[in-house]
Amino acid sequence: MEVMIILVPLALALGLAGLVGFLWSLKSGQYEDLEGAAWRAIADDDEPAPPAQPEAAAGRP
Amino acid sequence: MHVTRDFSHYVKDLGAGLNHIDLAVEGVSCAGCMAKIERGLSALPDVTLARVNLTDRRVALEWKQGTLDPAKFIDRLAELGYKAYPFEKASAEATEAEESRFLLRCLGVAAFATMNVMMLSIPVWSGNVSDMLPEQRDFFHWLSAVIALPAAAYAGQPFFRSAWRALKSGNVNMDVPICIGVILALGMSIVETFHHAEHAYFDAAIMLLTFLLVGRYLDQNMRRRTRAVAGNLAALKAETATKFVGSDEISEVPVAAVRAGDLVLLRPGERCAVDGVVVEGRSEIDQSLITGETLYVPAEQGTAVYAGSLNISGTLRVRVSAAAEGTLLADITRLLDNALQARSRYMRLADRASRLYAPVVHATAALTVLGWVLAGAGWHDAIVTGIAVLIITCPCALGLAIPTVQTVASGAMFKSGVLLNAGDAIERLAEADHVIFDKTGTLTLPELEVVNAADIPADVFALAGQLALSSHHPVASAVAQAAKARSPLMGAVEEPGQGVRAVVDGVEIRLGRPSFCGAEALASRNANLDPEASVVAFSRGTEAFLFSVRQGLRPDAAKIIAGLQRRGIEVEILSGDREAAVAAAAKALGISEWRAGVTPADKIARIEELKRSGVKVMMVGDGMNDAPSLAAAHVSMSPISAAHLSQATADLVFLGRPLAPVLAAIDYARKALHLMRQNLWLAVGYNVLAVPLAISGVVTPLIAAAAMSGSSILVMLNALRARKVAGEASSWK
Repeated sequence: MEVMIILVPLALALGLAGLVGFLWSLKSGQYEDLEGAAWRAIADDDEPAPPAQPEAAAGRP
Repeated sequence: MHVTRDFSHYVKDLGAGLNHIDLAVEGVSCAGCMAKIERGLSALPDVTLARVNLTDRRVALEWKQGTLDPAKFIDRLAELGYKAYPFEKASAEATEAEESRFLLRCLGVAAFATMNVMMLSIPVWSGNVSDMLPEQRDFFHWLSAVIALPAAAYAGQPFFRSAWRALKSGNVNMDVPICIGVILALGMSIVETFHHAEHAYFDAAIMLLTFLLVGRYLDQNMRRRTRAVAGNLAALKAETATKFVGSDEISEVPVAAVRAGDLVLLRPGERCAVDGVVVEGRSEIDQSLITGETLYVPAEQGTAVYAGSLNISGTLRVRVSAAAEGTLLADITRLLDNALQARSRYMRLADRASRLYAPVVHATAALTVLGWVLAGAGWHDAIVTGIAVLIITCPCALGLAIPTVQTVASGAMFKSGVLLNAGDAIERLAEADHVIFDKTGTLTLPELEVVNAADIPADVFALAGQLALSSHHPVASAVAQAAKARSPLMGAVEEPGQGVRAVVDGVEIRLGRPSFCGAEALASRNANLDPEASVVAFSRGTEAFLFSVRQGLRPDAAKIIAGLQRRGIEVEILSGDREAAVAAAAKALGISEWRAGVTPADKIARIEELKRSGVKVMMVGDGMNDAPSLAAAHVSMSPISAAHLSQATADLVFLGRPLAPVLAAIDYARKALHLMRQNLWLAVGYNVLAVPLAISGVVTPLIAAAAMSGSSILVMLNALRARKVAGEASSWK
């Protein structure tokens, strides 16, 4: 039973860490655009940077 | 004259040399658009942040001060293929976003506490039947208290505040029993823990708050999202005015930046954005959006023009008498206020349910305590049983019953092209059994259409369309659009107030007034045949043709009207337009009941008359003259092309050219109301089963917690059924 002296505070600390993380992510606006966030995760980041010259007008995909 | 665009009204100074602007963007629908826009805008020099919000369809931009004109971003987005417009968040929207964030924060805290208290409760429950030492149980109970008390104090704020407000004004709402239940359960649990009892109720109290917060958050989020999209659409309608900044210099500014006394320029084909008086110029004005009258009204020096009217033929200078918020006619505002007050007495389903619920629950709990005391139990045991009753009747299934259905139904409506302005609109819409349509702009399309395209030879039509591209006149644009013309003719000359002419293959062609094209005879014959249509003539050498142009009916109007009638809904037209025009539309749509030439006050009188006979009226209209009747009706709907005021007044707004969303909205609302009622009965049924058990004192916290969660989950699953309705109205594209 002595192990509970370690385990219970540890479990609470982990839960608290989760809560702090949630509050931080809420404050930094990560729940403002859930739809966009879902797509950002799978967007290709390694495409070459766009040319400095404006490209020709393109239609919508 | 050089036109500049001045959007400085929307630019915010962030400090540290940075500026910020929000843009509403049309057509952003996927991740591809998001990446394209962000790359395209970040490539501009000095832009420090370009971030797309896919939920709200908006772009936030930051750039180094003084180097860039916001108009440049709009141009860049146009190059990429997106229409954009700067906008300012309405204050209501900002408040709601803040509230929604607060609810989510409360939900996070409550969920954290629930999980941890549960983690401590389960060993206690299982330990009570096995070999747990009383000291260990007390330790776990004290730990639960340390977690649950501060968490409940924080996460319960939305309920405590609302209950306090209700009590202060002498009412009881659903939050009152929630607060009493939570506070009593927590207080009693502390007492129990002191006395080394086997049970404490910390877990039940905090779980109740978590479930209720889920419902509250869903409810809030539905309204917030709709408001954001509606705000975008309002911005994309690009309400700008061309203002004189010097004696001969003009600048395009947002309407919000125009003040009374300013001088604005109104060119042919432009919609007036302000109220004012003409000081120079001569033209015709289409006031159909304001009065419903489709015939043009002449305008000259001294004529009053109103926001929403369309300038047809000549350029006007207008002295602004009222702008932005002040553009309404005083009597329309007065009628509107009266009508809105009358409607605010409507009570939502949730309120009606809680009005019954609160006293019943309290009485049951009090009687339980009293009963046990009379039966000889101690005060302590009696109160513990009373609390069990309060907890097991926890209104969380009741609290979730309505918002979950609303959220699911509003999402489904959104997909069928309907935006909700008010949460209780679904309930009111479902009850509607009589629909009144305005004609102009509602049953008909807001823009003009060529009606006799079949009578014109194809080559003539194509040529006329090309020539029409050189004119700003709205009737000419209708011809150009109908002919699908792309390439304007070189050397076309516009004769002000007459028409356009050009020479093709050595032959002169003209498009414009019948007199300009030598087609008076044709025109007078047509005037007898089809008196409501506007005409534009086209001549090639000595040949003459006549295009008949008018506002066409919405493509599926007849089908939708028939669908409404099949559902037992009566349909009626009330229009400010002339009798001949309304009669023709009513005949084409199979509507037997119609009135023409009615004023806003007449419309209200008719609605009141129907209301008195117990009919629930739905009003569908778009004009500024419809706004008071939209407010007076039981429920109201506007097309997205409607005047700003009407749109803000209507409970629902529909998108696109077909009328189908009107029928779809009714179907979804009826299904949703059915599910809301079903959910309420589920919640009641659960209580009927659980309460006797609680009163008899056999309910352990484990059973209470399981029953409570089970009923909540059942209600949520049932709400998901609101996504689908049977039949023709489910798709609108």
